[in-house]
Amino acid sequence: MKKYAKTHEWVVADGKIATVGITNHAQDKLGDVVYVDLPQVGKTVKKGEAMMSIESVKAASDVYAPVSGRVVAVNEKLNSQPELVNKDPEGEGWLVKVEMTSESELNELLNEEEYKKLCEEEG
Amino acid sequence: MKRTPLYESHLSLKAKMVEFAGWEMPLQYEGITEEVLAVRKNVAVFDVSHMGEIFIEGKDTIGFVDFLLTNSFAPLKVGQVMYTTMCNENGGIIDDLLVYKLGENRAMLVVNASNTEKDFRWILSRVSTYDVNVSDCSSQYGLIAIQGPTSGEFLRKFVPDVTTLPYYTFSSYMIFGKSCMISRTGYTGEDGFEIYCKWNDTPLVWDELLWRGEAFGIKPAGLGARDICRLEASYMLYGNDIDEDTTPLEAGLSWVVKFEKDFIGKEKLLKQKENGVQKRIRGLEVLDRRIPRHGMEVFKEGKKIGVVTSGTFSPTLDKSIALAMVDSQVKIGDELEVEVRGTKIKAKVVKLPFYKGSVKSL
Repeated sequence: MKKYAKTHEWVVADGKIATVGITNHAQDKLGDVVYVDLPQVGKTVKKGEAMMSIESVKAASDVYAPVSGRVVAVNEKLNSQPELVNKDPEGEGWLVKVEMTSESELNELLNEEEYKKLCEEEG
Repeated sequence: MKRTPLYESHLSLKAKMVEFAGWEMPLQYEGITEEVLAVRKNVAVFDVSHMGEIFIEGKDTIGFVDFLLTNSFAPLKVGQVMYTTMCNENGGIIDDLLVYKLGENRAMLVVNASNTEKDFRWILSRVSTYDVNVSDCSSQYGLIAIQGPTSGEFLRKFVPDVTTLPYYTFSSYMIFGKSCMISRTGYTGEDGFEIYCKWNDTPLVWDELLWRGEAFGIKPAGLGARDICRLEASYMLYGNDIDEDTTPLEAGLSWVVKFEKDFIGKEKLLKQKENGVQKRIRGLEVLDRRIPRHGMEVFKEGKKIGVVTSGTFSPTLDKSIALAMVDSQVKIGDELEVEVRGTKIKAKVVKLPFYKGSVKSL
């Protein structure tokens, strides 16, 4: 099931592996993405802390880790096609795969309905 | 926050609105990159009604305007436009602007929205014994910029003889039944026109241009695209690249400083010219897609030698570009580094402009 962080990242977990990206709402706010500063595979990330950044024509924005763990894969395609983050943020434009240290962290994230409400509130 | 006469139109076009210099302006409509492409390949319209219009009239107009501005106004003929800076006694740039010679004793200064009130106060404070009348008419005029290589071909459909206007001149016209003034000017590096109409006529002109231009592929473009276009064309942005701590000589604008006449700031600028500038604006091309942005530090061989004043990813050139105020020893071709959020990325000093579009030359 897809979960969401208040900082506009999405997570889909498959066992201990969580695929992470930014939401459609986030890419819309960000504008045209020109550079994705992917982390190194092996990097340890901590829930709620910046793990990488995305540069759009407007600004550079941090992407926060929605779960804690170790980066086991990054979406290499984004090096040559950063625009995938705009075109398909919740599919082909995924960012990293994280091996989670604590799957229970997923319970602290928002479900789709809660996330939609958050987006409406933020406008 | 202030709103232009086109505020409602922007909302109905679903623009993303942002605050700019106290105005609620469209940042983008469909997307910044696409809007830049429209300017470079075809034609786009911008709402620039936030710009200020200050009128100077009276029998000492020529002498007073020449005293205020660094460029030389006296040689202008009625119907000509000129780009210039306006400096304080220290040679610092109060604003950069366009001056229109409306009549033998009438001038219009088109100034940055962020500076309109400051400029107006400054100009009033310098009147002294000059026989002139100064008025801020910014709230009476809307301004629409039509920019792009096909802008002439497009605008000619509604204003038949507009393409006979030489670059940096203007004239009065009728468009869609409304009287207006059109100049062949712009801030994008492409051929283009700027239409000054009465505040209340502006929505009609904008709407007509957009719907009649639909088949032509015209697009509305926002401040995001405008900033990228001006940076690709290497035009200065007040408050980012230039300010009161920058002189026109440091900004590479010595071509708008005419020392053969008297003007405010002349003494300091002359001294700076004789001694040579310590710093100056240079163009950087980044060998990376990361973007150097305003305020980031610039290094040469590990030593800090300047700061980025503007930076963007250029969709036209498919690379990141920046303007930076650097030590005057820095030469074209030098390899520098910019510190982008903790990482030093390589940048090369290049000749300006980064991009030369269809803009006519003087």
